[in-house]
Amino acid sequence: MTNISKLFDSKRLEITIDRLCQQIIENHKNVENFILVGLQPRGVYFLERIKSKLEKNLSKEVNTGYLDTTFYRDDFRSNDVPTARETRITDSVDGKDVVIVDDVLFTGRTVRSAMEGIMNFGRPKKIELLVLIDRYYSREIPIEPTYCGIKLNTITSERVEVNLTEQGFEEDSIIIKNKSNE
Amino acid sequence: MNNLNSKDILGTRNLSIEEINLIFDTAKKFKEVLSRPIKKVPSLRHLTVANIFFENSTRTKLSFELAQKRLSADVINFSSSVSSVKKGESLLDTINNILVMKVDMIVMRHPNPGAPHFVANNINIPVINAGDGTNEHPTQALLDSFSIIEKLGSIKNKKIAIIGDISHSRVAISNIHLLKKLGAQIMLCGPTTLMPKYIKDMGVSVGNNVREALEWCDVANILRIQLERQNEKYFPSIREYSLYYGINKKLLDSIKKDVIIMHPGPINRGVEISSDVADSNKSIILDQVENGVAVRMAIMYLLSFHRSS
Repeated sequence: MTNISKLFDSKRLEITIDRLCQQIIENHKNVENFILVGLQPRGVYFLERIKSKLEKNLSKEVNTGYLDTTFYRDDFRSNDVPTARETRITDSVDGKDVVIVDDVLFTGRTVRSAMEGIMNFGRPKKIELLVLIDRYYSREIPIEPTYCGIKLNTITSERVEVNLTEQGFEEDSIIIKNKSNE
Repeated sequence: MNNLNSKDILGTRNLSIEEINLIFDTAKKFKEVLSRPIKKVPSLRHLTVANIFFENSTRTKLSFELAQKRLSADVINFSSSVSSVKKGESLLDTINNILVMKVDMIVMRHPNPGAPHFVANNINIPVINAGDGTNEHPTQALLDSFSIIEKLGSIKNKKIAIIGDISHSRVAISNIHLLKKLGAQIMLCGPTTLMPKYIKDMGVSVGNNVREALEWCDVANILRIQLERQNEKYFPSIREYSLYYGINKKLLDSIKKDVIIMHPGPINRGVEISSDVADSNKSIILDQVENGVAVRMAIMYLLSFHRSS
């Protein structure tokens, strides 16, 4: 049996995104000098939300990119081939402030791979991490978010899903699925 | 499609459409990696790859080695001309000696058709055929098709002419198998003496007139005369071959359409293709070389997941 509980609806999500954007603006006076990098696959949907909100608040274009971390993963001994998706970082990240954007921070391994990936595009002045959800008791690597939507105390058997309308869902929602033993 | 069906890439004849598309999709991602300031990813850092070449090679060997280094694999190189093969060691003994040094993947070229298949059947690590005699050269065909798709968007219903020494060409055989699967129409063109007797059974048309082939095709893949494999005379002279089958700017300009020019290399300038064609904007010969690294990275990356199974 799977228990599903809904955590966020679209209104609450909008408030949270608004807050995260305000925090970014507070920390970065110069928009030209920073770039938001969304992690494939789901982080890019969240990135687009952040981007459009930031651009609305600042009335300026915000630099963004997509990064796929597949080739930097550390679980190479598994037999399943992970599907690589598009990476699109057109500008150099040299001397820039890079904000990595993902929907859920879990073990921290993806973010570690992402940092390695970003360094291949230059030497950023600073790298920050923005996540919508931080499953903070599940960390396997000492990585902490700079900006966080909500901290969640979850167990490994639980699954947290961020479902946005851009992904084909009817409405925005964040849900926790718990597979309990029957 | 999750991964390739076999642990080896020995030819294009056994590849499914899904496998071909998986290789192309992955190669596209690696092509992007190759455009970054730092062109190296750590995907194969846990593997050692042996390049075992019993026959000369410049492009293929460099391309494989570069692909391995871009993937962070450890690389060892072996050439038969400087090895114990000259002292009488058998193929399997040579391979087994390399294997006990804990090699994880083998890239192999051999003058005898079927040699990589023999090795692949006797060991349990991935083997990639980098050319076996006149049989197959699968990575070349894959990079050729990848380059055509990059240029034309698709291969389906496109007209591809393969011009030159078909009899001695593994590139032609691998290309025919692959292009057929991808839905191309294929015409082979060359002297009858250099055309295999039963080649029409592969579902291709055969001609002897280069002008007609060029007027018909969207893409012309021009092959080299493989003098090193020819034990007897198949045509009177190189000069005469060049006169009837060589492609020069004058001939190409007289064709009333745009034809994409390809060549797997090495080029014999002035024989099968003139310099002004090879270096023209219709030629994608250098794109082929560039794409070769990405395609080979994709193949080795995908095969690396077969290692432990």
